[in-house]
Amino acid sequence: MTAQALLLCGAYVAVLVALAIPLGSYCARVVSGEATLLQRLLGPLERLLYRAAGVSPDAEMHWRDYTVAVLWFNLFGVLVVYGLQRLQHLLPLNPQELGPVAPDLAFNTAVSFASNTNWQAYGGETTLSYFTQMVGLTTQNFVSAATGIAVLAALARAFSRRRAETIGNFWADLVRATLYVLLPLALVLAVALAAEGVVQTFAPAAEVELMRAATGPEGQVITQQTIPLGPGASQIAIKQLGTNGGGFYNVNSAHPLENPTPLTNFLECLALLLIPAALCLSFGKLVADRRQGFAVLGAMFAIFLPLLGLCVWSEGQLAPQLVELGVDPSAGNLEGKEVRFGAAASALWATATTAASNGSVNAMHDSFNPLGGLVPMWLMQIGEVVFGGVGSGLYGMLVFAILAVFLAGLMVGRTPEYLGKKIEAFEVKMAALVVLLPSAGVLVGTAIAVASESGRAGISNPGAHGFSEVLYGFSSAANNNGSAFAGLGANSFFYNLALGLCMLVGRYGIIVPVLALAGALARKQTVPPGPGTMPTHTPLFVFLLAAVVVLVGALTFVPALALGPIVEHLQMTGAHP
Amino acid sequence: MSQAIRPALVLLLSLTVVTGVVYPWIVTAIATSVSSRAAHGSLVTAEAGPIGSELIGQSFAAPGDFWGRPSAVNYDARSSGASNSGPLNEDLHAAVKARIAALRAADPEATLPVPADLVLASGSGLDPHISPAAARYQARRVARARGRGEAEVLALIEAHTEGRTFGILGEPRVNVLRLNRALAGAP
Repeated sequence: MTAQALLLCGAYVAVLVALAIPLGSYCARVVSGEATLLQRLLGPLERLLYRAAGVSPDAEMHWRDYTVAVLWFNLFGVLVVYGLQRLQHLLPLNPQELGPVAPDLAFNTAVSFASNTNWQAYGGETTLSYFTQMVGLTTQNFVSAATGIAVLAALARAFSRRRAETIGNFWADLVRATLYVLLPLALVLAVALAAEGVVQTFAPAAEVELMRAATGPEGQVITQQTIPLGPGASQIAIKQLGTNGGGFYNVNSAHPLENPTPLTNFLECLALLLIPAALCLSFGKLVADRRQGFAVLGAMFAIFLPLLGLCVWSEGQLAPQLVELGVDPSAGNLEGKEVRFGAAASALWATATTAASNGSVNAMHDSFNPLGGLVPMWLMQIGEVVFGGVGSGLYGMLVFAILAVFLAGLMVGRTPEYLGKKIEAFEVKMAALVVLLPSAGVLVGTAIAVASESGRAGISNPGAHGFSEVLYGFSSAANNNGSAFAGLGANSFFYNLALGLCMLVGRYGIIVPVLALAGALARKQTVPPGPGTMPTHTPLFVFLLAAVVVLVGALTFVPALALGPIVEHLQMTGAHP
Repeated sequence: MSQAIRPALVLLLSLTVVTGVVYPWIVTAIATSVSSRAAHGSLVTAEAGPIGSELIGQSFAAPGDFWGRPSAVNYDARSSGASNSGPLNEDLHAAVKARIAALRAADPEATLPVPADLVLASGSGLDPHISPAAARYQARRVARARGRGEAEVLALIEAHTEGRTFGILGEPRVNVLRLNRALAGAP
């Protein structure tokens, strides 16, 4: 790892933490319904929305009502995005006159955006109209992230309440998270990006005369270039902030009009982890013990930093097979990477985007070196709990915290507690569901795909790397990440359906048990800490929590990883000792 | 019927108006007033009209021009894309071999290792930049083809090299379109 790379990563972590601390306090105030400056400004709009919807923001919900509200809202989200894609040729703002999206692709994309996955089986500039991108996708980028914050807020309330039957009001959580957290952040970021060169216009694509006539793939003479434009910055800002990740263009933030400069790259990369990191600190504030938030954040960094180091180191290398051909290895592995970012910033992004369940990319993960590709793959497989999705990452990590105290309790033979709540059979069952469902989706999905003709048809790279493409795809879908080893031809009936189902299981198969958990925890009495209580804000607990995540992830996925990136790494280095 | 249906529908539609219509519209209005050029694709304009985007690479193959990075989409900006080849993919090795051969054929005296960005394809297929090393590697070829001094060409590269932002972010780079236009004597 070069000094330059260290400096970059150090600056990144420092700025991230410096921004996350105030944002964390602010988010806690928003979801508690406390007055903020923005609320004075947008309060009338908030109240108007409640009145139109016929809801009272103070009406508390039982966990079952809360869950039903989440599910209806998300179901309608899927239907609207599906409908918009199927009808985009009849709708306005379609200057490139793109036709309706095929049903299987439209299903996949609709599920993908509602579930905060944002897997890209579509190519933005060739498939979706400006209207679909704005009204369908940009909206889901906001509300799917707000759904995550809402569910997290419900879980946090469950910890801080005693003998309560209710966990908050979903509609109020949804609206407040959207209006007071996501919208202002996105607005600021979008304007900054656009000022640096990210496109933001309703004008159709620009036609330009090339400086030199070029020869096309079939020998034809090409004298013009079409520069695709559109309302990019507004969508790109929220896709980075909301852990969504679905690109405006096909190659996502590797595209120079989606991510034109090192500065936009740094801002977009910061946005990947900003809200997930801040919410850890919000959680501490919501449960009235800020140390708890720092402990969870510490466990996330304890897993993130070594993996970041591994990925940056790996991409700083060039495969010996390429060095042998006469390529200078000093700049690292630049296949699939952009010169303005270089290997280090690409590896930093890859680690951050898969630690968060974002999945946007600024380089092609499929062309990473084997260990560089293993890092993002495994970060997804451990359940998107190291930062993870907006809200969803933290509620996933809290489930691991419950497992950690449970394991510690087993060792000493007493009933475990977390934040004063006794952890009993029901809670552990729900936690086990949350851990097992996505893992089952990844492994069963991959097994079916590689065993079937239609699954293997999508593979583009030979050998172990081809298996990695499939494993990566299912890891991404079932954990709602959305990045890809993009060589996988995923726009086929098989993958659109299989990955779409994985996304549904990975999102709602977790939200429901988490809300059930919240309901159960809220009902419990809070017990004061006794001499036998394990404190959950100490370095020991941080280590235990990180170790549980790593162990569960390793036990579940090392056999599969051995067939993909690990064997590929041995093939790459083994022939050249 | 669930009590949640009406709020779900109403809030989805009203938040769609707020986040899917009003928000992008406000961003467009602000962005256009801050820098209309940046928001419209950073087009480079000559007397005859737009001749490219400063941010989108173009294909150059003549010995007298600086060549950009290999592109999986042939610099067709209608659809961005990459090779997605893994590091052990034989197709990648064959492509790299052919690119090195083409560089060496155009400048047989070159013996240095080839800068990686000159033979490995970009992520977008539209990368507008090459590294300063990749530009210097081509200086002798370009100078000869244009009948100019190598030192003069190297100085031009130097003048078109952008450094790291704040000394930390990104990598030093040269915009190929701008460099080639400067070489051709454009203002």
